[in-house]
Amino acid sequence: MRVRTVLLALAVPVTVLLAVGLGSVPLAPGAVWRGLIDAGAPSAVIVRDLRLPRVLLAFLVGGGLGISGAALQALVRNPLADPYLLGLSGGAGLGAVAAIAFRAGSPWAVPIAAFVGAVGAVALVYRLAVVSGRRLDPRVLLLAGVVVGAFAAAVMSAIIVLSDAPTLRNALLWLLGGFGGASWQALGIFALYAVIPVALLFRSARSLDLLALGEETAEYLGADAERTKRLVYVTTSLLTAASVATCGIIGFVGLVVPHGCRLAWSPLHRRLLPATFVTGGVFLVLADTLARSVLPPLELPVGVVTALVGVPLFAILLRRTLA
Amino acid sequence: MILSARSLTVRYPGAPRQALDGVTFDAVPGQLLAITGPNGSGKTTLLRALMGLIRPESGTALVGDRTVETWGREALARVVGVVPQREETVFPLRVREMVMLGRYARLGPVAAAGAADREAVARALARCDATELADRRVDELSGGEWQRVRVARAIAQEPRVLILDEPTASLDVRHEMELFELVRELVDDGLTGIVITHELNLAARFADRMLLLDQGRVVRAGTPVEVLDREVLGRVFRWPVAITTWNGTVPQVMPLRQSERGDSRTE
Repeated sequence: MRVRTVLLALAVPVTVLLAVGLGSVPLAPGAVWRGLIDAGAPSAVIVRDLRLPRVLLAFLVGGGLGISGAALQALVRNPLADPYLLGLSGGAGLGAVAAIAFRAGSPWAVPIAAFVGAVGAVALVYRLAVVSGRRLDPRVLLLAGVVVGAFAAAVMSAIIVLSDAPTLRNALLWLLGGFGGASWQALGIFALYAVIPVALLFRSARSLDLLALGEETAEYLGADAERTKRLVYVTTSLLTAASVATCGIIGFVGLVVPHGCRLAWSPLHRRLLPATFVTGGVFLVLADTLARSVLPPLELPVGVVTALVGVPLFAILLRRTLA
Repeated sequence: MILSARSLTVRYPGAPRQALDGVTFDAVPGQLLAITGPNGSGKTTLLRALMGLIRPESGTALVGDRTVETWGREALARVVGVVPQREETVFPLRVREMVMLGRYARLGPVAAAGAADREAVARALARCDATELADRRVDELSGGEWQRVRVARAIAQEPRVLILDEPTASLDVRHEMELFELVRELVDDGLTGIVITHELNLAARFADRMLLLDQGRVVRAGTPVEVLDREVLGRVFRWPVAITTWNGTVPQVMPLRQSERGDSRTE
């Protein structure tokens, strides 16, 4: 237990240094360090303006997606749940693709449209899932998420098919996700969105343990199941919408990371949530580093890397669990 | 701590009849009450209404001297421990961790478990003869072990009332007896106990009082001798029964075969 914690804690600075050093212009660890401490160093521009905000943003997004997945899996009591099953990806994707297809002028238009789409999807799924007046049924939630996601994906496909070649390329690139647009400003905006949901989720760790046993049991043990469910739903929606708006659709982090951490640490959320946040962050930073350093100066979409790494990893985990 | 219902009436949305229809009873402190009745007679609904999970159409559920709605969930969990019929183990914990979840209402959401909590968990495990299970995963337990662990979790709440909903369903004879013996011991140690069960004969031997429900109404309440009446049971369960006596005093129910109907040897 202790060894794992120390290893994970060490993984963060090592990953950050590695990620800042690698790229189309590789930097030695010494150059990375000088760029960090000395604004006049030749490497300072690359380190400070380009790579550091990108690495930190990837870390925060990965962490946010990771704990969103963990909390949603407790909410619906299903290890297959992840932020995207709630229809968020569909909604956000539709918003973004619509903005790209209609050639909305400013570079801000795509993230804003994605955010509007995500929030719209959330609201729709939520309305569908609140059955019989007031209770939020997690099974209906999952179903509503899939349905709304499928509908949004259909509209999105229709828009893409009907649009011209450059639009098509831009839309697809955005959909695959990436941190190419990372900046200190983007990092600041994301952090602003993320800090309250993350804090609230950490705070409800023990309630999530009870919720995972079923709502009736949770109530008998002293948790307010309805309030916990709503809290999880709202916080994970915000986190996912913010990350989709920032860097497009990145799958598998919310699914693979909580699953692996549950096996390596504990299903108890007081340990699972922090472990998932850090692991998710490290995972996405490494994925992004890989995405921009395998074929420089070309960048693979980070969503492609998370899927290429995540799927085999998930398969191995699954087999080891079943064995 | 008295748990009671006063003319408790519950109707589910769209249901043709009330699930509970004017149920009134008291769980006497320090006694074991067995609630029984046919499938669909309202036993689990009564539990949910008593614990404030369902809002009644009319009537009240009282915990102590206050209606259940005025209790917060945490405060309620500190005085009443419930072992529900079913629960899920999608993300399997260790037994010790599972029993520690019983401390939720005493820990609150943020505080770390302290020495007092660990002692309460150890006591609860020992009380339920589950100490040697502490490091096992809950999905690797047998049915009987799993029920003992769930009772231990309720005991770790340090409640004054313990309610079990069909705790021996699908347990074999030995585990069924072990569970009833455990519940009886806990009641003898001062807990107020309520057990919802289909085991009429075990209820007659272990419980101080019984409550027989049918179609949401209390048909009979009282000692096992008062409740286990041949004519009443035959009508409620819609199957003829004979009543025999064990040890000279305890009534035991014997459902009759079709070929045995009209046989009136039993009193």
